[in-house]
Parts: sequence; structure tokens; C-alpha cells
Amino acid sequence: MSSRAEHVKCLVWDLDNTLWRGTLMEDPAVTLFADLVEVVKTLDARGILQSVASRNDADLALRRLEELGVAEYFVLPKVGWGPKSESIRELADELSFAHGAMAFIDDQPQERAEVEYSLPDVRCYPAEQASSLPDLAEFTPRTVTTDSRRRRQMYQAGFHRDAERAAYRGSDQNFLRSLGLVMTIGRATEVELGRVEELTMRTTQMNTTGVYYAEETLRRLIADPAHEVLTVTITDRFGPYGAVGVVVLDRYPDVWHVKLLATSCRVVSLGAGAAILSWLRNEAARSGVHLVADFRPTDRNRVMDVTYRFADFTDDDCSCLAALPAPDDGVNRLHQESVFQELATTMQVHAPDLRPVELTENLTAGR
Amino acid sequence: MTTDNVIDRDPVDSDVVAGKITAYLEAKAKAPVAHDEDLADSGLLTSMVAMEIVVFLESTFGIAVVGGDLKMRNFRTVDDMVALVARLRGDGENAGDA
Repeated sequence: MSSRAEHVKCLVWDLDNTLWRGTLMEDPAVTLFADLVEVVKTLDARGILQSVASRNDADLALRRLEELGVAEYFVLPKVGWGPKSESIRELADELSFAHGAMAFIDDQPQERAEVEYSLPDVRCYPAEQASSLPDLAEFTPRTVTTDSRRRRQMYQAGFHRDAERAAYRGSDQNFLRSLGLVMTIGRATEVELGRVEELTMRTTQMNTTGVYYAEETLRRLIADPAHEVLTVTITDRFGPYGAVGVVVLDRYPDVWHVKLLATSCRVVSLGAGAAILSWLRNEAARSGVHLVADFRPTDRNRVMDVTYRFADFTDDDCSCLAALPAPDDGVNRLHQESVFQELATTMQVHAPDLRPVELTENLTAGR
Repeated sequence: MTTDNVIDRDPVDSDVVAGKITAYLEAKAKAPVAHDEDLADSGLLTSMVAMEIVVFLESTFGIAVVGGDLKMRNFRTVDDMVALVARLRGDGENAGDA
């Protein structure tokens, strides 16, 4: 019985006579198979992570990868003398990937057999197939986004961040401050639609309404002047987190309707949801409008309920609610009057000016 | 539902409640927390931490914190949380229906 994912998320390379020609223990000057550098780079650009499972001396093998200029392409390489199935299992755990999303390539039939026996869901390929891997459907994701192109850097930044967090002796809050977090909020463009759609689909814990927005719907909303579709990215001193949030806003003269707020689980502990809401509250305050947010309670998104309520949203009725169409079944409307407050100090926020054009024009005219 | 904490249904002893909340927060903050310290100002109250505190209060004191009670003002200080727990436990027999 096998449960393989449609696409491979991580390919694990053997080294001797697979990635490089020869055996390192016999020939310290082994060289890469020439066409494989291109294969490694192609898969990397598609957002497929790559690693190593090799029987070798770890220091020597990793140094050789450095010398050959390809070490950066391999995350969490496993070099040692244990069974390769163990290396792959460990790697899948560290990456939180299912075995069915892992693949393994090795010139030795007995190594592939060992992995196939212990981990039947892992796809195994003989070394001869290496140069044709990019042609296979399982190595060809449907869309390649900005985030897929930098997925490896995001994972590597994550490993460094986690290691530092584990070693940090102060409070969580001081650790957050030490990260130098920068949130960038921007109007979504066509290019990002794929990633936005993915976020509305995958963020079950952190999706305020559980509504999934298809790419066509999002494209229509971007074109509609009353709507704002905003994407949120975060970086810190370790590197990018990528696109981590989306806001869908419908603007009425006296009230802005937050139809959706979804953030990636990876940034919940950073206070990303609260930072987005604080910024939005200040934009609404500067525009003289109230904020109304849709919230559909589920057994998984309670943290979003807390986020809204701690950001001063309440169940109180207000005349501004009359402007909005009736909510869908099971959707609560949370409301606030939007009073300007200083933003928290843990995160720098870069964002567009959401005030209506009349207001900004009046301001520049000196009013 | 099982919890690590024994739910204490005795009449409210605010010192005991304050002691448990303070111990919990100090473990989180890795620093002393005064009863009247504003946790929002000191930056401890991110929504993740707020969520954890809500779950902690519910499981430790057998209360349910929902709707309008889930607001920053009820969680700004240890004293605020003690008052919230006292009010929710005093509400009657159905206070622990979470």
C-alpha cells in the first residue's frame, strides 16, 4: 500500500557515483557529473528541496561539496554509516514532509532496495535517471512562485532561527525583538495570485472565515476598485518567511469590511495577525471609518478569535453594519470604531496608504 | 477533557489564583511578574500567548472565557485576570461548562 504525493518536495542524493564520478574515500578529487549541476539548479528553482544521504566521512564529504560549489543546494545533509532509510526518515521528520513527498536517487541497487523496503512511500531512482529527473511529472510542480524559488533559503533561515530560539535564555518577547522583524503589506498583483489562493486554502488554523478564494475570484477582486486584496510578507535577520498572510477588504464610505484575514501557521507566534489588525485599525482611523470583520468560529481557529478581540473588536451593534450585505450562515460580525494607537515595537511595518484618494488629496493641499 | 491541573472548585481564594497565574506567567516571561504589571505594555501579550493564557485559565480554574470576556482589558495584569476568574467562577453552577 503506497500513499505518494503527486509531487516530490525533497530529493535525497547519494554522492559516490551518483552526484559525483568516483568514490571519495579512494579519490579525494572526485568531480561532479557535468550535467547534474544543471539538474540540481533546475529542481532548486522549482522549489524542490534537495539533501544528501551518503556513506562517507561527514567532514570530507561536506568539504568536497563546498569545494565543488554546490553545498548550498543541499539542506540538512546526512553523511554517515547508518542505513539510508534512517537518514531519509530523519530528514522527513525534520522537514515535516510525508514519506510520500520524498525521493531518493542512488547508483547502488541494494541501497534503493533497503529504502524501498523500510519506506515504501519514498520514490527511488537509479543514478542513470539523474539527468532526466526534471522531465518527470512528479518533479514538475503546477506553478512556480517567488516563494518556491526561494524555498531553500526560507528553510535554511528557519533552521538557523529555530536553533537560536532553542538556545535563547531570555523571554519569548525579547527573542522576537532580537529578530528584527519587518512586515511588508502590499496590494496583491497578478503574479502573486497563485500564492494568495494557496494561503486561503492551506491556513485552516488561521483563516477567519474558512472561505477559500479561487484565483479567478481574487483576480476579479483586484480589478474591483472597492476591494483591496493585500498580501503580507515577513523577513527577519535570518531571512525571508515568504508570503505569510492575505487580507480581503471591501471598502464602504463609512466602514471597511474585512472579509478575510488568513495567516500562515508559521508566523502565529510572531504576532503577525495582531500586527496586521493594528495597522488596519490605524488606516481606518485615519480615513474616519469603522472596521467590521467576518469571523466563522471553528474548532481550529480560536486563536484568531482571540486575536480579533484583543485588537478591540467586539460583538457590539453599530449603525455602520447596515451598509453591509447580510453575513453567511455561521459568520459572526465583529466591530470596532478604529481609534488610532501606536503600533507595537516588535515589528516594523511597511504598507501602502489605504486612505481614499479625496482624503490624501485634501491633505496634500494643506488641509 | 484531561488536564495537568486539578480543577479547584473551592470558594475563590484570590491569593491562590493570583499565585498560580503569576507562576504561569513568570515561567513564560522567564522573569518576575508583578501583580499590577501591564503585560501588554511589557509586550508579553501576543495573541499566541494570550491564547495560551486563556486555555491555561480555563483548564486550571474550570471556567470558559468566551465572547466579550475575551478582551485585552481582562488580561492586562495579573490582578485583572484574578478578577475575571473570580467573576466567572462566581457566575454559578454552569461556570465550568467549557
